[in-house]
Amino acid sequence: MTKPNYMLTVEDVSKTYDGFKAITDLNFYLFEGELRTVIGPNGAGKSTFFDLITGRAKPDKGKIEFGMNTDLTAMNEYEINRLGVGRKFQTPSVFTEHTVYNNIVLSLVGSRGVFASIFKRLSSTERDRIDELLKLVRLDGKRDWKAGMLAHGEKQWLEIGMLLAQDPKILLVDEPAAGMTDEETHRTGELLISLAGKHSIVVIEHDMTFVKQIARDGQVTVLHQGSVLCEGKFDAVQSNPKVREVYLGRGKSGGK
Amino acid sequence: MSALSTRHKIELIAVGVIALFFIVIFPLLNAHGYVSNFTINVWGKYLCYALLAISVDLLWGYTGLLSLGQALFFSLGGYMMGMYLMRMIGDLGQYGKPIPDFLVFLGWSGLPKFWEPFDSFPFAALMIFLVPGLLALVFGFLAFRSRIKGVYFSILTQALTYGASLMFFRNDMLMGGNNGFTDFRFILGFDIRNAATQRGLFIATAVTLLVVYVALRLLSYTKFGLVQRAIRDGENRVLFSGYATAHFKLFIFIVAAFIAAVGGALYVPQVGIINPSEMTPDKSLEAVVWCAVGGRATLVGPIIGAISVNALKSWASRAAPDYWLVILGGMFVIVVLLLPGGIVSIPARLKALWQRFTKKPDDPEPPKPPAPPQEPAVTPATTPST
Repeated sequence: MTKPNYMLTVEDVSKTYDGFKAITDLNFYLFEGELRTVIGPNGAGKSTFFDLITGRAKPDKGKIEFGMNTDLTAMNEYEINRLGVGRKFQTPSVFTEHTVYNNIVLSLVGSRGVFASIFKRLSSTERDRIDELLKLVRLDGKRDWKAGMLAHGEKQWLEIGMLLAQDPKILLVDEPAAGMTDEETHRTGELLISLAGKHSIVVIEHDMTFVKQIARDGQVTVLHQGSVLCEGKFDAVQSNPKVREVYLGRGKSGGK
Repeated sequence: MSALSTRHKIELIAVGVIALFFIVIFPLLNAHGYVSNFTINVWGKYLCYALLAISVDLLWGYTGLLSLGQALFFSLGGYMMGMYLMRMIGDLGQYGKPIPDFLVFLGWSGLPKFWEPFDSFPFAALMIFLVPGLLALVFGFLAFRSRIKGVYFSILTQALTYGASLMFFRNDMLMGGNNGFTDFRFILGFDIRNAATQRGLFIATAVTLLVVYVALRLLSYTKFGLVQRAIRDGENRVLFSGYATAHFKLFIFIVAAFIAAVGGALYVPQVGIINPSEMTPDKSLEAVVWCAVGGRATLVGPIIGAISVNALKSWASRAAPDYWLVILGGMFVIVVLLLPGGIVSIPARLKALWQRFTKKPDDPEPPKPPAPPQEPAVTPATTPST
């Protein structure tokens, strides 16, 4: 039997924090080039899920593999990142005291060593790449601004730009639309859709309009109490009675 | 990553002029009797302290690692130099024996094995780097690998220097016990009490400080400098961008230990004594105050802070000897609360005040243009990032 070309394999993974089961027997498979949306009520374990993949937390049991057979559970954050797993945090995490430009410089793919960084000079290809990325995230005009002075939505975009500068194979994106206007949210969605195919992307999101926009015909995974409640197309998931119960039972408007 | 900012160009020119004064004019004035030997000696001491302060700044101001044990590396450098100087006394000590007096006092007739190579200056010079560097390597490796951060890191560094001072206080450490080393006679064949020798040491200190300053200023413009400050402002993002932050912190910790050690090594022949009280935690705390008073993450700030606080100390220890610690503590509180940018931020503050003063009263509030700030950022965070 040939294994399908999964980009990410998460099998039977559990994680407990002081007796609280954050993740229980989670199974998750991501195909190459796929854009997957993950939804779920608060406390469903979405952020822990990302923590486990990126090495911030270690699973109590289970298997997490990158590509065909690279075990991620034995690696730490920077090793996993160097493999090609980029993460965007829920609250925008940029280098606030650095300029927008230097934020991208720091993220640009390349050697990460101590001594290499002392003697590093940007090549013209690299400078072009930075210009290109700044245009893509529409921060070209603010390249000399301190990142800390950007608006919330712009920081989100900057972080996406930083992620793309790393040229990762997998992008883990945690609530990219938080704090954005409707128009910005829509643009973010279009950007993510355009990146799918070249990258494999997992997006955690609360905003259902946004989920509908980016999910299109793709798979949506619903997390609940640390496991997958159901998986399927957006419409199917939305009309699933279990999903409605989980969301509506908690007073959330899940099926707008 | 970018050309020098205007601010740093002005700074470099100012530093160049001041360096010229300290390296050339000040010693010349001394040689011709316009500046007393005492004065040049005191300033030599201040510049050694400036090296210690700049090493604190490299860790605290630029990387967010508040080391409360930096005087340990300063003292170790001093002790290594001291061992060489002790050997250069020869048989001119009180007891007239060819080994240091304290060893005679302890009943030794020969030299302990580990003392022997210190007859050689190159060996001692190597040890000035090696001993503090190795300690920084081992301690830093363990601390950063275990991801000890913030206040825990500070407490550990303080414990380290306290532990070391207790060790050096013991006579059976064979490092002079609580009296330490003193009564030095010669350095590299020159009479250490001679004014010309002291002048030479002063020049050497000023040149070292200049070299360290220029090197660190250049470093702050490299990608390394960017990573360093990024670690200070958001270590997680750096980690999740593929950088092994522990390696960077370890490297910086060792470099800072080197700088402090060189400062200590230059300090001992100018002050004429080294003893374990230099390692007690309050010495390291003082260095942090110099750095804060001068202005963190500015490189020039710590130098200004070390000189001005110590000048104040010299004055206060004559005028109000009982109140020095109160003054020092008060100064730290005032700076943290009212002047977080330190002395170097005063011109900018005055300028802002002046602009507010000269503004016409019925002017509408001018729209604040979000001025693109210069990189590298020289304004430290308002809260002490520990």
